Amino acid sequence: MQVSTGSAPRPARSVARRPRVPFLRGIRLLSASLLLTFPALALPAGAQDGAPAPAAQPAAPDATAAAEETFLKIPILMAREIREGRLPPLSLLDIPPPDDGVAGAKLAISDNNTTGRFLKQTFTLDVVQSAVPEDLVAEIKKRVGEGLPYVVADVSADTLLKIADAIKDTDAVVFNTSAPDEVLREEQCRVNVKHTAPSRSMLTDAIGQYMAWKQWRKWALVIGPTPEDKLYADAVRRTAKRFGHKIVEERTFDYDPGSRRADGGFEQVQQQIPSFMQGLPDHDVVVVADEGELFGEYFPYRTWIPRPVIGTAGLVATPWHPAIELWGGTQFQNRFKRLAGRTMRPLDYNVWVAVRSVGEAATRTNTNDPKVLIPYMRSAEFELAAFKGQKVTYRAWNGQLRQPILVATAKMLVSVSPQPGFLHQVTELDTLGVDQPETKCTAFKK
Amino acid sequence: MTTQRQGRVLALAASLLVLATSNALAYNVFVSNEKDNTVSVIDSETLEVVHTIKTGNRPRGIILGNDGKWVIVSVSDDHKLQVFDTKTFEFIKDLPSGPDPELPILHTSGNPLYVSNEDDNLVTVVDIFKGIIVTDVPVGVEPEGMGMSPDGKILVNTSETTNMAHFIDAHTYKSIDNVLVDNRPRVAEFTPDGSQVWVSAEIGGTVTVIDTATRKVLGKINFEIQGITKDAIQPVGVRITRDGKTAFVALGPANRVAVVDVATRKVLKYLLVGQRVWNLGFTPDERLLFTTNGTSNDVSVIDVAAQKVIKSIKVGRYPWGVVVAPPRADAN
Repeated sequence: MQVSTGSAPRPARSVARRPRVPFLRGIRLLSASLLLTFPALALPAGAQDGAPAPAAQPAAPDATAAAEETFLKIPILMAREIREGRLPPLSLLDIPPPDDGVAGAKLAISDNNTTGRFLKQTFTLDVVQSAVPEDLVAEIKKRVGEGLPYVVADVSADTLLKIADAIKDTDAVVFNTSAPDEVLREEQCRVNVKHTAPSRSMLTDAIGQYMAWKQWRKWALVIGPTPEDKLYADAVRRTAKRFGHKIVEERTFDYDPGSRRADGGFEQVQQQIPSFMQGLPDHDVVVVADEGELFGEYFPYRTWIPRPVIGTAGLVATPWHPAIELWGGTQFQNRFKRLAGRTMRPLDYNVWVAVRSVGEAATRTNTNDPKVLIPYMRSAEFELAAFKGQKVTYRAWNGQLRQPILVATAKMLVSVSPQPGFLHQVTELDTLGVDQPETKCTAFKK
Repeated sequence: MTTQRQGRVLALAASLLVLATSNALAYNVFVSNEKDNTVSVIDSETLEVVHTIKTGNRPRGIILGNDGKWVIVSVSDDHKLQVFDTKTFEFIKDLPSGPDPELPILHTSGNPLYVSNEDDNLVTVVDIFKGIIVTDVPVGVEPEGMGMSPDGKILVNTSETTNMAHFIDAHTYKSIDNVLVDNRPRVAEFTPDGSQVWVSAEIGGTVTVIDTATRKVLGKINFEIQGITKDAIQPVGVRITRDGKTAFVALGPANRVAVVDVATRKVLKYLLVGQRVWNLGFTPDERLLFTTNGTSNDVSVIDVAAQKVIKSIKVGRYPWGVVVAPPRADAN
């Protein structure tokens, strides 16, 4: 097991303290104390007569000068499960950067600390990661016991449940930032879990509503071979039924991805996809269910008849997009780019929302006590401004973040769901995904 | 015949009267169009667009300067401010700012100008006559709204992600206090007597009323509109009449302007305007109030006394800010 701590979350600065094991098999602990400092930039200069004279003091308290002990410490623990079996996506553009998600956490820590310096609160980030779920769970349990009750998890559905159950008797909360699985919000819901990642049904409903607006109602569904693809297809079927679309035919794309890259490949794909798509009943769009992004991108422009591709390729639903500038998003995107040196990905956004949720709760309650903070996040008072044009909140019945979902191509935003006309008695955001009357989650009713 | 002549005289007198009145009340209304890179100029009497000024990129916050001779507009994507003549509409000069300037405000003495720079957590202080940056004041994340106390002593800046109203000494730039408000605060507006600051929170859906002397929150104004979900009620622009009695609050995608009794903080009325209403500007006589309706590309005109919307005027794309210039002393 490899453990490292340092002021900057860079593997290069890691210090091995324990017997070495292969890099990805061990757990790495990265401590990033992101307490920001704000130097005064006052420049003396003459002012017009009768006007106030400038002075060299900053308007804000100087965080560097603040004695550590006077600041309330709020540490956030980020847990990453290294998914070794996961194949890289088809497009070189989509290969996840090493700090996917972590960069979102860093930005949120920095944002939290900007408010924190006025309220004497300081937020820090620790990252633990492992390819062995048991190790990760054990480490998290230990860290929670040591006083890190806010766990932000980028892990698989199974690992998430293990983490939630391992710390269920402590005042701690786990944020699910990456698993879209419906079961985590439904039959297997946990009171100590909040989901900032949208559920599959929220994503498919977002596209389904836009398709209803377009009146593109006849869908041909292409399903990949993985269990996740089958779950996505389930969500697509549910959406189709809910919004009155018709799935004219389903086809399974059994495909051995092989190596992601080969010198060539297009010659064969250009032949394969149209022949696979031949003979389908009349349809308006092709819906692709390929969560691993292993073949879906082969479909646009290669279908048998000219039809748009939607689902996990072509027109997709996503909580965040690197090109959106709506709702003050420009500054948010710029801050991220300055920090990470790249554009913000959906996982970064989900993690940002999780870490900011803790920050917002700490701001409003002025405490770091999880006994106060966690119930506050569950209360009706909690709301977060998250660059979505309206407040985002957590569903009281299953801990799912309700938020507008972007419908976009790789380059641009196309629309935002909920679409106009999809009404709801509480909030239109609850027209996306499983709603309270149909939920199978009972844990929150106690 | 007598009657006819009398009638003619009366008609003439009446038309003269109208002419005289319109001369007295014809103001130039300046509306920044965020998407079009223009400022539309509306005649407040004919309620028609009389001129369109070409500006730099992404014009947003807009104010008057130099005793009403200048209209100053933030051109956010050019990271500066531009100055135009309120009479000839000609470009005069650029003023410096930090990155992505949004809302400028002038000191009550007429100089300097304070502008929030949305992209660098700073408020820049600019000498408008010398055209230089006097200093930068660090504030919260995404500084936005700027309010100036009528006595010129206190500057209030809101920051969108910090969710605070920062009270800053306008002379020393020292922090006086930081008051937590609801999510995504936008506009800070002092009451004319300076005793209160009204801060709108776009995502929080409220207006927080803060006591200037103690910085205590006196109350929060909530808005409820039949048939409009809470999510769509997003207060931005706030204007209070000079007598300190009535406040107007623009409610964004709720497409309404709320009329609020300042003393009781009760909402008296909701006026239906264009889509995504953000900012508001009174005529100097406070007879009319203009609203910028971003997504419907128009400006609604409210008769202040009657509390009625009397007209909507098509302007450029995504109208953002509005300011009305008084008639100029040097006008012929």
